[in-house]
Amino acid sequence: MAPDVTTPPAGGTALPPRPAGQRSVLQRVLATRESSVIGALLVSILAASLLVDGFASGRNSGFLILDIAAIALIALPMTLVIVTGEIDLSVASTLGLTSAVMGQLWVIGLPLETIAVLCLVLGALLGAVNGLLVTVAGLPSLAVTIGTMAMYRGLAYVILGDQAVADFPFSWTGGATARLSGTPIPWIALLIIVLAVVFGLLLHATPFGRSLYAIGSNDEAARFSGIPVLRTKLVLFIASGTVASLAGVFWTLQYGSARADNAFGLELSVVAAVLLGGVSIFGGKGALLGVLGGVLLLGTIRNALQLADVSSDMLSIVTGTLLVVSVVLPNAIERVRARRRTAEPPS
Amino acid sequence: MTDRPPAAPPPLSLVGVAKSFGMVNALQGVSLELRAGEIHALCGENGAGKSTLVKTIAGVHRPDEGRIEVDGAPTEFASPADAQRAGVAVIYQEPTLFPDLSVAENIFMGRQPLSRGRRIDRTAMYAATDRLFARLGVRIAPERPARGLSIADQQLVEIAKAMSFDARVLIMDEPTAALSGTEVERLFSVARSLRDQGAAVLFISHRFDEVFALCDRITVMRDGRYISTDPVAELTVDTVVRRMVGREVNTLFPKQDTERGEVLLEVDGLTRAGVFSDVGFDVRAGEIVALAGLVGAGRSEVVRAVFGIDRYDFGTVRVAGAALPQGRPAAAMAAGIALVPEDRRQQGLVMEMSIERNATLTRRSALSRFGLLSRRSEEKAAEVWADRLQLKAGHLTDAVSTLSGGNQQKVVLAKWLATRPRVLIVDEPTRGIDVGTKAEVHRLLSHLAGEGLAVLMVSSELPEVLGMADRVLVMHEGRITAELPRGEATEESVMYAATGHKEVA
Repeated sequence: MAPDVTTPPAGGTALPPRPAGQRSVLQRVLATRESSVIGALLVSILAASLLVDGFASGRNSGFLILDIAAIALIALPMTLVIVTGEIDLSVASTLGLTSAVMGQLWVIGLPLETIAVLCLVLGALLGAVNGLLVTVAGLPSLAVTIGTMAMYRGLAYVILGDQAVADFPFSWTGGATARLSGTPIPWIALLIIVLAVVFGLLLHATPFGRSLYAIGSNDEAARFSGIPVLRTKLVLFIASGTVASLAGVFWTLQYGSARADNAFGLELSVVAAVLLGGVSIFGGKGALLGVLGGVLLLGTIRNALQLADVSSDMLSIVTGTLLVVSVVLPNAIERVRARRRTAEPPS
Repeated sequence: MTDRPPAAPPPLSLVGVAKSFGMVNALQGVSLELRAGEIHALCGENGAGKSTLVKTIAGVHRPDEGRIEVDGAPTEFASPADAQRAGVAVIYQEPTLFPDLSVAENIFMGRQPLSRGRRIDRTAMYAATDRLFARLGVRIAPERPARGLSIADQQLVEIAKAMSFDARVLIMDEPTAALSGTEVERLFSVARSLRDQGAAVLFISHRFDEVFALCDRITVMRDGRYISTDPVAELTVDTVVRRMVGREVNTLFPKQDTERGEVLLEVDGLTRAGVFSDVGFDVRAGEIVALAGLVGAGRSEVVRAVFGIDRYDFGTVRVAGAALPQGRPAAAMAAGIALVPEDRRQQGLVMEMSIERNATLTRRSALSRFGLLSRRSEEKAAEVWADRLQLKAGHLTDAVSTLSGGNQQKVVLAKWLATRPRVLIVDEPTRGIDVGTKAEVHRLLSHLAGEGLAVLMVSSELPEVLGMADRVLVMHEGRITAELPRGEATEESVMYAATGHKEVA
């Protein structure tokens, strides 16, 4: 090459136009994973409104929101956990254990205010156990949280056995499902939105959020950039446990029943919703808006099928299928794109 | 042996091979002929394209232009398996054996001799392994696991594996870098006996004594281009070096004279059991200190420990007089240390993240206002550095993986210079980047030292070390064996210290 290569015509500020492959902002927005989830959501809402009797009513949308409230709450920290390349499968068991502890403490006679606070502390501790096993012991979170999933659920049975505690005061149970005045929308929707904004800002607009993507894409480079990788992961697992317990308190009041088997298997719905929302199971990619879309999409499909009298076994098949599709589809698309790229003649 | 029938086509030849990665031309018009019964040396600086050439022969890369001929017939290697079928075997510097399998199973992986009922016939496998080792004249127990074998023995297992499928072309990519003197001798006698049995051997090494002792012909490459091929008898070390470098060393490495200031980095008695021991040195403001030595001498490990990536057992690190807590990169950054790591793709950058996010990753908190980061502030900060380092990029929002190696390195430098460090540690700052950018990096380092930074540079490229450094520290097997001021540092004095000989000066 000629020696004048050291003084290039274009510096960083004077960026040369890209000759080919240049796309408009609109095209780029449409190409994101989030937008395809939102698109799928709109299509399924439209289809359900037209095909399923009773779907498009205010009453039903209230039920739909209550139905997905726990999934939506837990999905928020789960998104951050999966973006860093980890996973927390113990969330549903944390919810169940919280519910069991809540019932037992109520039987003992503690006031519900105190119980709620204790439950959140419990969730933080359960999350910390996961986090410490992942960070200090250096174990893969998949293995750790499968273990604690069984362990926490087992503990729940030890504490409450097969019984249900169902004599919570109506002021609390009714309050949990109360609607915002004059609307069919339950107040929990408000809490979900507030938390979604908090987690969304945290993920997309803070230094902490940036470090999560760096860790998820390449945790070695993150470490070399001075990011405290292990501490960050520990914080996320604690957040995940705490929010799972919050969902547990809500779940118990919503159904007016503390049981050890509450929310059994819910972790799969949460993970399905997050992945459906365009978050990569391999870490480093995803947006919170997409996850909200994923949660709503999952909720819409389940709600519509329930209204159409489809059995619960069928629902579980649908959830599982969505989970697999959400993992397989982005990879397949990526592979097709890569093949198209290599097929292009070298410029 | 000396007279070969010229009519027989060589078992492997490359004709006008070119290969580029993005904007980097790794190979351009390279031709090479590997003849039966010959040991052929390939010489070139780091980044000259040797590894790309090896990977092309091994079927890992496909040439963009030109062709590979096997026995004179044009052939395409679509995969390493194709190359293997054509009789090409590659012995890498770090062998890749399955540590928990036996030596024999490693050799016959996927081709195990079977007895009745498709069960693996261990007896036959062990006997075949013994026969292979006998041909090589070495003794390794076939049934022992590969784990725990020395690098030298692992290479011999790889060679035995190559012989087991009758490889006619054996590529050895810097096989001696991690070997001791006697191990090198043993490897050489194996290579000679393979040659005498009619194999074509390609030998890559940075050690001229080895190249001249072992090889029949030498091919020199520079900046991805073929330079020359000559019989050893017609060459001297000087000619080869001149062809490899192709330019006056002094013009390429413009270290300005600078004022020395206070001691900024002070390392004392740094020890990590089994990796490095009693490492002590200091670096002053305005000074470039090079840490030279062979691959595996422990240089990168030392700078990683200084920066806090790895922990150490004993010793202290001080920055401008203040002790640094160990194992905390964030604390090192706060104290003013920056580390441009050895492995750009794995340690320096998050490849799928955008250029601007990579460039600002170290300054996330500094760029945020009220805890929130705006895209605008990241973009502005990245633009400043893209401009200053003359980054050649499409858009700063593109993934950093779309850049050439040299421009990727500029992003790593930007990321660290943006932290306004007082001590800049660079580990192999110009590895695998093109000549033009290399000169830019050297100019930049020199300029930074002139501004009063303390620069510690790990480098395996002797010309770079000799051209850039005010002082050269040489490491051998985890210890500093020599400290040479600029005036006393020569290729010989550094190499002596790096190979563990006593200083000659």
